[in-house]
Amino acid sequence: MTKHDEDIPPLLEAGGPDLPAPSPLGHLLEPVDFTIPEGGEAASSGGMAKQILQVFVQNRLAVFGVVVIVGFLLFCFVGPLLYHTNQTNSELALQNAYQNAAPHKGNPLGTDGTGFDILGRLMFGGQTSLIVGFASAFVATLFGVIYGALSGFMGGWIDAVLMRIVDILLSIPSVFFLIVLVTVFRATEILFIFVIAFVSWLAPARLIRGETLSLREREYVQSVRVMGGSRSRIVGRHIVPNTIGTIVVFATFQIADSILLLAALGFVGLGVPPPGTDWGSMLSTGVDTALSGYWWEIYPAGLCIVLVVISFSFIGDALADALEVRSQRR
Amino acid sequence: MIGFLIRRTFQAIIVILGVILILFILSKQNPRAEIIAALGPRANPAEIHHFQLVNGLLLPIWDQLWRYVDGLVVHLNLGYSYHYNQDVRAIIAERLPKTLTLVGASTVIALVIAVPLGVVQTVWRHKPIDYALTTITFVGYAMPAFLLGTLLIQYFAFNIKLFPVSPPQSATAWTIFTDPRAFVLPLVTLSAITIASFSRYMRRSMLDAMAEDYVRTARAKGASNKRVLYGHALRNALIPILVLVGLSLPAIVGGALITETVFNYPGMGLLTVQAAFNTDIPVVLGTTLVITVAVVVGSLVADILCALADPRIRLGSSG
Repeated sequence: MTKHDEDIPPLLEAGGPDLPAPSPLGHLLEPVDFTIPEGGEAASSGGMAKQILQVFVQNRLAVFGVVVIVGFLLFCFVGPLLYHTNQTNSELALQNAYQNAAPHKGNPLGTDGTGFDILGRLMFGGQTSLIVGFASAFVATLFGVIYGALSGFMGGWIDAVLMRIVDILLSIPSVFFLIVLVTVFRATEILFIFVIAFVSWLAPARLIRGETLSLREREYVQSVRVMGGSRSRIVGRHIVPNTIGTIVVFATFQIADSILLLAALGFVGLGVPPPGTDWGSMLSTGVDTALSGYWWEIYPAGLCIVLVVISFSFIGDALADALEVRSQRR
Repeated sequence: MIGFLIRRTFQAIIVILGVILILFILSKQNPRAEIIAALGPRANPAEIHHFQLVNGLLLPIWDQLWRYVDGLVVHLNLGYSYHYNQDVRAIIAERLPKTLTLVGASTVIALVIAVPLGVVQTVWRHKPIDYALTTITFVGYAMPAFLLGTLLIQYFAFNIKLFPVSPPQSATAWTIFTDPRAFVLPLVTLSAITIASFSRYMRRSMLDAMAEDYVRTARAKGASNKRVLYGHALRNALIPILVLVGLSLPAIVGGALITETVFNYPGMGLLTVQAAFNTDIPVVLGTTLVITVAVVVGSLVADILCALADPRIRLGSSG
């Protein structure tokens, strides 16, 4: 069990109880490892869902996060329908537009070195960043959960072997590993999803294995076994649903991490090949010219990355509170 | 204690062998790239066959694996880069010290700053300074290294011209110290990111230690607040931090790759990125293997130090 701040006797204080002051950031100060509290039963009743929603909505930072994410989804996927720009034909862009133009009437955020409109490019690149972020977090979580649940449930030498594989893969720094994968398999947008998922499924596999180990000794799982329930039924119907809180919280943080990983790859120049782009690649192409004072080529893309990543972290923290999952990233 | 050492070392060796196996499998996934690198895109089938024969690429896969592991372990043979026309080992030998210097120095700086921050936050917990520091570290957490580095260059190297944009590119390992000013910005970037996660963890670790029985006992015996804080809580809170350093090494090294790219710092990370551009697979695999071994050894050292520092492990009750 993790100790709460309140258990600690006051220190360097005149006296009186050390009451935690209410603060919007209070939840950030909370504890350490992913463990579901005792009796983490699967939520099914409407009353419980309502309660969870209530706790979540009380957290203003999380509401801010949701608003930002919805805003970005609209901006990236509905925006291009209203704000038409050429983002794929670089020859046309070179002929027709100004290059490195400062923000002006036709291009509210200016243009980049090829002549693409930056505002339109943020939408276009944002689609890639968000799609890859969501999809790779989904794939990583799905695979990690299945792997971890099987490993924990099987136990014995199978568990030992499966977990050594996780140890081995975890010891390779993920940025290096990503670059190896991108070099060996020439990267496309679809491949990025799987490559990023491939370096990200290890953490949920470990978490879920740990929870499975404790869950499989519970009475209700024992009784399903006694009644002759198959292994896949026990794992699929009784173990995985009870870890749903951990899974949801992990997946939320993983979206942020995936977007950051793609941005990092893009920044070093190994992102989506042109004329496609993503926010990290935009930074990468903008960084040379930004030093000549063309600030509009990096700050908007950088701001997008930071806003989206912080928003997902806020949402993840609030979900951890609402679903009573103890969490800390990494 | 001896048992713990042996078991932990054995585990590290297994991990390294596993990493070698994975990288070997990956190196076989794109056989065309190697042939193109060596012979160019227009090699005729006879040339290709000869190349494969000479380099043992037609042997059964188990023989190839054996030759690879044997070459690696006995001769430290990391392969040959056709792009640089040089042994991968020689290329890496030039770059590794620079990356180790960057990673080592920034980890030490991060610890020296993050530990006092965590203590300050514990002493004044739930006070404005605690919230302010939490907010700052949270922003540091969300700030990607490449963005922070770019902003630092923009301001310190271009606007006020205090530091150079990138360190000297010469080939010898220790020339970075000929102009220490060039070392400042990369170091600040990498440290800042690490401080954010270390200090959050340090605060937590201190608070946990303050709630332990031995702190209560010390208090009951009449120890002063200062003595409780620094003599009992801090000393015990440092042990989990040591574990954290070991666990964070892969992330710090990954951050170093990004930092090196931002500042054009000629270390392992920049080498890896440049090799990836050229589809120079032997170099990419070589740097990844060497960096991973460094990380595994680093975590091993951290774990051993931790065992030495913690009497519960040293005296063998739990390990």
